[in-house]
Parts: sequence; C-alpha cells; structure tokens
Amino acid sequence: MTVAVEKTEKPDGPDETGASGAVERPAPAKGVRKVSRSMVVGAILVVWLVLFLVLRGRQTLALGAADLTDLHRWFNDVNDSIGANRNSNPLFLYFFNEIRLVIDTLVTFVQELISQPSADRPVPQIGWLGVVGIAGYVSWALGNWRVALLAVAGFTFLGLQGLWQESMDTLALTVSAVFVALLFAIPLGVWAGLSDRFNRIVTPFLDLMQTMPTFVYLAPLTLFFQIGPASATIATLIYAAPPTIRITAHAIRSVPETTVEAADSLGATRRQSLTKVLLPMSKRTVVMGVNQTIMAALAMVTIAALIDAPGLGKTVVQALQSLDVGTAFNAGLAIVVMAIVLDRVTTAASGRAEAARRSKNRFLTWRRPLLGVGAAVTAVLVYLSHTYIWAAEFPGEAGTGRAISSGADTVTTWAQDNLSGITNAFRDAITNGLLNPFQTLLTDSPWWLVGAALVALGVVLGGWRAGITTAVCVGLLVGTGVWSDSMTTLASTVVATVLVMLLGIVFGVWMGRSALVDRLVRPSLDAAQVMPPFVYLVPFLALFGATRFTAIVAAVVYAAPVAMKIIADGVRNVPATTVEAATSAGCNTWQIITKVQLPMARGALTLATNQGLIYVLSMVVVGGLVGAGALGYDVVAGFSQGQLYGKGLAAGLAIVLLGVMFDRITQAAARRTSA
Amino acid sequence: MTTQTEVPQRRGTPQDSGSTPVISVRRLWKVFGPKADQVPDSEELCGLTRRELMDRTGCTAAVRDVHFDVSPGEVFVVMGLSGSGKSTLVRCLTRLIEPTAGEVVFEGEDIRQADAKRLRDLRRQKFSMVFQHFGLLPHRRVVDNVAFGLEIRGLGRAERTRRAQEVVELVGLAGYENSYPDQLSGGMQQRVGLARALAGDPDVLFFDEPFSALDPLIRRDMQNEVIRLHHEVGKTMVFITHDLSEALKLGDRILIMRDGKMVQCGTGDELVGAPADDYVREFVKDVPRGDVLTLRWIMRPPADGDALDGPELGPDVVVKEATRAVLAADKPVKVVENGKLLGIVGDEEILAVVAGQEGGA
Repeated sequence: MTVAVEKTEKPDGPDETGASGAVERPAPAKGVRKVSRSMVVGAILVVWLVLFLVLRGRQTLALGAADLTDLHRWFNDVNDSIGANRNSNPLFLYFFNEIRLVIDTLVTFVQELISQPSADRPVPQIGWLGVVGIAGYVSWALGNWRVALLAVAGFTFLGLQGLWQESMDTLALTVSAVFVALLFAIPLGVWAGLSDRFNRIVTPFLDLMQTMPTFVYLAPLTLFFQIGPASATIATLIYAAPPTIRITAHAIRSVPETTVEAADSLGATRRQSLTKVLLPMSKRTVVMGVNQTIMAALAMVTIAALIDAPGLGKTVVQALQSLDVGTAFNAGLAIVVMAIVLDRVTTAASGRAEAARRSKNRFLTWRRPLLGVGAAVTAVLVYLSHTYIWAAEFPGEAGTGRAISSGADTVTTWAQDNLSGITNAFRDAITNGLLNPFQTLLTDSPWWLVGAALVALGVVLGGWRAGITTAVCVGLLVGTGVWSDSMTTLASTVVATVLVMLLGIVFGVWMGRSALVDRLVRPSLDAAQVMPPFVYLVPFLALFGATRFTAIVAAVVYAAPVAMKIIADGVRNVPATTVEAATSAGCNTWQIITKVQLPMARGALTLATNQGLIYVLSMVVVGGLVGAGALGYDVVAGFSQGQLYGKGLAAGLAIVLLGVMFDRITQAAARRTSA
Repeated sequence: MTTQTEVPQRRGTPQDSGSTPVISVRRLWKVFGPKADQVPDSEELCGLTRRELMDRTGCTAAVRDVHFDVSPGEVFVVMGLSGSGKSTLVRCLTRLIEPTAGEVVFEGEDIRQADAKRLRDLRRQKFSMVFQHFGLLPHRRVVDNVAFGLEIRGLGRAERTRRAQEVVELVGLAGYENSYPDQLSGGMQQRVGLARALAGDPDVLFFDEPFSALDPLIRRDMQNEVIRLHHEVGKTMVFITHDLSEALKLGDRILIMRDGKMVQCGTGDELVGAPADDYVREFVKDVPRGDVLTLRWIMRPPADGDALDGPELGPDVVVKEATRAVLAADKPVKVVENGKLLGIVGDEEILAVVAGQEGGA
C-alpha cells in the first residue's frame, strides 16, 4: 500500500513540468523534477527499510541448495524426454541433429588438422612446426612482419608452456566458430547496412544477444545440441557474430552518401555500387568487426569449457575447481598470449592496405614473389610436421610451463602469507560493511516488498514503460523459483556496480581531463577488455580465496574499463569553451569537475552504469566457480549434476531477467537525462 | 565582404529563340513527407507557404512548380540560399531524387517515364555530375577514380585508362594519376571529380555547389577552369551555387530560388537591372553594378538639348568598360544597335552607377 502512495507521488513529476513549461517543456523545469525525483527515491528506500524491520524474514521464498520447484522438475523432465527422443522426433532428426552434425564435422575436421590425433595417426595432420609456420605466414601476408614475429613467438611460447594441444583445441574451436559466424554475419551486416527495415528488425536481436550474459545460452543449447563441441561452437557464434553484423552494417552506412550518389549518377547498378563502392570502402571497418568477433569467440570458447568444450578453458576451470592457482595461471597466461596474438594480427590486417599505400611502391613489386617464397617455405614446414614426429609433437618437457606454475604458486603463497592481513581486512570491510547488510535487506524482505520497491524505483528512474518491464521481470523471477538466489546475486551485482562506478568516475574524470593519463591508461584498459573473463579470477582467487568477494572483485575488474572509457569520453566531450568560461568565472578544479564536467557528462554516467551493470552481470556465472554462490552456482551446478539441470536453467533465465530489468531501467533513465 | 565579379563577358548568348532546349523542365515538384504526391494536385495546398504546408500536412515542399529550359551549350545557374531546394532540384533532373510531379524532358524524352535500365543508360552516356564533397573513392588512385564511370559502362581496362589519362591531362592533373585522393588538396580532389564527370563525354554536366568546400583563391581558379573547359568542350552545364558572384561569373542565365519556388530567371544584368522583387533586390544589392549592367540598362532617350554626334557604343557593352570612353568624350555616347539609335549615355548615368556602387546601393 505504501507503494501505491509512491506511485501516486510519481505523476506529480510530469505534472510539474507540464505546469511550469506549458509550451515546449523547456530546461528550467528539469531542476525541479530532478530534486523531486531523488526525494522520491529516498522515500521509497526509507519506506522499504521501515517495512523490512517490521516484516523481516517473512515470505522470503528461500529455497535450499538441493531443493527444487515444480518448474525445475518440469525442465528436468523436458530435458529427459528430449534426451530420450532425440533420434526419433522429426524436428531433431531433420533439423537440430543436422546442424549438430555439420558443426561437429567442421570442428572435428579442424581439430584433426591441428590438435587431435586423426584417424590412423597418433598425431594431428599438421604438427606444431607447420602450425607455427602457417601462423607466421598468414600474419605476414595479412598484416606485417612484426606481427608475424609476434605470432611465431606467441605460438612457440604456448608450446613451451606445455599447453600445445589445449591451445590448439581452443584455436580449432575459435576458428570454426569464427568461420561459421562470419559466413552469416557479413552478409547479414551488409543487408542491415543497405536496408533500414532489416536494420530495425535485427537491432533488438543483436542487443539481446550481446546484453544477455553469455552463460545463459549454454543451458538451452545443450538441450538441443547436447553437451560438447557443437553446443560450444554454436554458443560461441551466437555471442561472437553480433559485433561483425553491427560493425559491417555501420561501415556500409558510413560510406559517404555523396560517393554512393556519385556512383549512381554515373549509372552504376546496385551490384556495381555494392562491389565497387560500398564493400571496398567499408573493408577496413569490417576487418575491425572481424577482430571483435574473434576476440569474443576466444573469450566464449574458454567459457564454454563449462559445457565440456575442450581446450585451455577446461584446464582453467578444472584448476579453479581444485584451487590450483599455479596451473590456472599458466593456462590463463596461454589464453592471454593467444588473445594478444589474434588481436594484434587482425588489427594489423585492418591497417595493412592503408600502410602499404603510404609506403612507396618499391615493396609492392617485391611483395608477390616474396609471398610465393613464404608460401613454399610454409608448405615445407607443414610437410615436415606431417611426416616427422619431432616436428609434429612439441619437443621438450614443458619446463617453462612448470616454472610459471610454480612461480605463480610461490607468489600466491607469499601473498597469502604476507598480504592476507591487508586483503582480508579489505575483504571483510566490504563484505560486512556493504555486502552483507544489503544482501540481508534484499533476501530477508518479503518478496512482494522487494518487488514493489524495484517496480517503484523503475517507474521513478525510468518512467512507466520501464516500470512495467520491471513488474513483468519481477513476476517472472518469482516464477523461476530461485527468487532468494536472485536477490543474493542482485546484492553482489549492485555492490560491484557501485564499486565500478566509483572507479569509473575517479579514473574516467582523470583520463578525461588529462590527455597524458588517457594515453597511459587506455592501452591497459583495452588489454583488460581483450582478456577472456576467466583469467581475472586467477590472481584474485589467490589473494582473497574462494568467496563472494573474489567474484565481486573479478566482476569489477571486468566491468570497470568500460565504465572508465565511457566516462572519460563523456568528460572529454564537454565543450572546452564551457570549461574555459567556468575557469574565467573563478571555479577551482573541484568546482569545475563537480559543477560543470560531471553534470554535463550525465548521459555518459548513465550509459556507464548501464554497461557496468551488464558487464558485472555477465560475470555472475564465472563468479559462481569461485564461491559466489547463488545464481552463478546454480548454473554451474546445473551443468554438472543431472538432477539440478532444471534449476540451473531457471537460474540462467533469472540472470537474463535481471539483465533485462537493469538494462531497461538504466536505458530509460539515460534517455531521460539526455532528453 | 567584397563581392567581386569578374569580367562577365557575354558569350554571345546561345539561347537564341528557335534552338530546341536540351533540358526542359515543366511544373516540377518535389515534396517530402507522408502522402507527398497529393500536394502538387491540390490547388489549396499549392497556395500555402512552406511553413503552413508543414503544419497542415507534415510535408516539406523542396521544389515547387519549377519550370525552365536549358539551351545547348548554355551554362545555366540555379542559385539560392541553403534550404532553397536547389540541390534537390538538380537531383530531380537526373532522378537521383525522384520528383513528385512534373516533367523533365531531355532531348525530347521525358526522363520521368524512363525505366531503371534506360535511366542507367542515360546516366552512363548523357549526364554526369560533380558533387560538393567530391564523392571520390578513397581506395582507388586518381586515374582509376576518373575511369570509374567508364568501368561501370563495361569498357575494357586499357581503353578506359587511356581515356582517363586524356581527361586527367585536360583538367591539369598530369603527374598525379597514381596518387590517392586523400593525398591531394581539396581543389585537386575536385579536379578529379570534374575529370570523372568529363571522362564519359556526357552531353550535360551537372554541378552541385562544386566549389563551396574550397578556399576562396582555389575557388576562383576552379571557376576559371570551368570557364576554360566550357570554351574547350562546349558542354551544356547546369550549375548549382549559393554564391551570387559565382553565378554572375559563370552563368549565361541564372535562376534564383527561394523556399523551393522560382523567384526570377534571367541573365545576370537582368537580375541586377530589373530585380523581380525585394528578395532579389536584397540579393544583388552588393553586386558592383558597373561590372554587370550594360549600357542598355542605363541609357536614356535623347532629350532635346542633347548633342547627337558623340561616339557610338553597342547596348551590350558593360558599364565598367564604357566608363572611360563616356567620361573622356565631351558629348554623350550614343547607344546604337544595328545602326539604330536606342538611347544615349552621359557622364551623369555612368557616375550614378559607378558612384552608387561605392555606397553599396
């Protein structure tokens, strides 16, 4: 009933603006509305707290770790019946199984080529020497000799780490997924670039594909494609395709209209203007999209270890589960090395045409014969690695890998011995001071109270439509049967997001104000974003042990770079004249930041919150591996234990619902602030 | 701002009545918005101003009931401020923008009736266009950019490269064939655009504010370049500009547009000498009248006391060029055409123009 009071308060906001700004809702009304809005938010929170104290512990919908609801059992039944009828149901027989077969064949083919023993051979068709040779040659042909060196060094290092086969499995899955993804993504992107209508249709799907936490597709996909490489590849390509589609469409769209018009005015057909104008002019940008797709695919392939995808991810997951920090670090390092190689090579590839044009044509005349020679050398290497065992199996005893593992173990032990005082104090401060009270508030309040508060906040911050979405999401969350776990996850997510925003504002403002800092910090942010999320967990696991807090820190590290970049750009985009005007009015630095730059970057702040939340949420499942519990744990457990499958699926759905709810509220709020 | 108009040589006005126009535009409309095609048919809506039409129907009328003829070999300038619909108009002529209503007759053929294939053929063979922002292909060398139109037509590589090379030299870009567009200055990029338009040997060249993005000095070079090319190749040109001095310098005839409507169409001296309304008058206010007006515009009928044995000049002599002769003669100058006395010009008339322009009147 209190909620009803707040809801009636809410319409006052628009009414005020309507009254004060009769004609065109001008800016002056904003101030009034803003004050009243934050007061309403405060009022909601106070009412919630009061009711919490009264109603604590009632109707919390708590569910034990092994308990199931009817929905979960029903999911289990569906899973079982699909499993039983997989080879009789025509939909599966002629559709899903066919897809699985094609993908499996492709993956197996690539695996037998570079990673797994093929039919009658103890080793893959192409051994390490051949793969290193191909990597170097392709990097040189597409990029330049510097990235070729990097590729050769990087791949050799993978072998020295003793992770050659795992790395090649990861590479095989990545290559297969990227291949299939590009097969669909580039034509779709071109279509979306050419047709406004198709673009409008496809954009919400792309949004959904990218904002949905990655793990969420894993569960339903296993339902259709079974656990294994096929599901992993399909999940990967779902996650990895959107960047290419989006960027291709964007590239096609950003070809200057005059150029297309010029081609039209010369009588070009549609095909001619596509092949001679649009595609060549967007090539460079499309390659950037391919770069993003490859990086996303690599990240997802490692995560897909959860559904039994082979490769480095599996090594990391197994090591994390046995808290073997050294091995996890070694494998994580391998993932990073591979990510760096793939990133550098594709980035160089996108710049190559430009660079070649700039350099005098002297090299171009030599390029063709040199490429021929390179191809011949590569062919010899491939032949050697196909024929001789020394070139097929990576030599040595993986001493480097062991050294890295034991080094990491030593550092971990040292850190735990010497830093545990500080880190534990920090951890306990955050856990007890922020996380626990908030989590108690969320989990111990009656569900309807939390739901009503969320809906009210949604309405106040995002408007009526966001409120309705929130109400639907809350209803469905209750329906999933994992309400209590959802609230625990919600608490961690909100705490992590608050930390992300704190870091984001501090570093974002700093970067936005100083070009020097920006130049120094930005590359490491880029690197942090390129790294697959698993890798973050390792050092924090070493420092903080397996707790909720570790998961929060990992999520913060994962999400903070995005927030920092967005805020830095927002601060930078504040017009220099405005800052100059403020300075000339006698503002000191603090006043400029708080009264000019941050308020003017309000849109960026909301966007950063949105992205921060989504990124944090997408780390929830990864956090489940290291003691975060709640939804993340439910999902992970669902993959490994048959009787918890349904609950895992429901937990996955709950993560999506939380994501959709946050996304809608923050986006609506962003639209409001920028309007 | 000094509006400096250079030597408006009368290029023997080619539009002598009798020659069939190359392009003939009749009742042309372009309306953007919902149910746009109803606007030109409705007498009531036609009468509204642009703003009223917007409020009533949500439609924007970019081109409203425009008609004109362009004669062979003529440089026809369409002039107006931004938003006057001039760029839309020129795009309607080649259907880069589909007109809403009216006729565009090119060499006796209504272009609006042409199907897609015929339209492409016309664009490949008969028209070409030069754009404000060049519209070059950054991934192709200059010579390949110039040859682009020929490539579209399906001409072989050797042939089109040879032709492109000729045109590159014609526009003064020899030596830059193998550069990429972003290695050239704006003026040179526009020369590439010009060469690309000329390469296909079209009958009509359309220019959409080709020099607006260039520096003033380079703009003047390019204007002279167009005049030179017009002398050399004698193409019919339709030239869009917002710059009156450019219009006066290049145009045989000038069409002034405002809010999508034609305000006045005539030669430069007609616009300056007899502005159709206050809008045009305001426009031409700063033009140095002596540079544009001819004696025809300032002569007066001989009065009783005038001596009629002074020197003779033709009626199309520009005031600026006649000034010295008139002031040097101690008797009024007779304006004579084909042996017939049209009027006389004395010191008074000359000074009124020459002195008047100082005050900007």
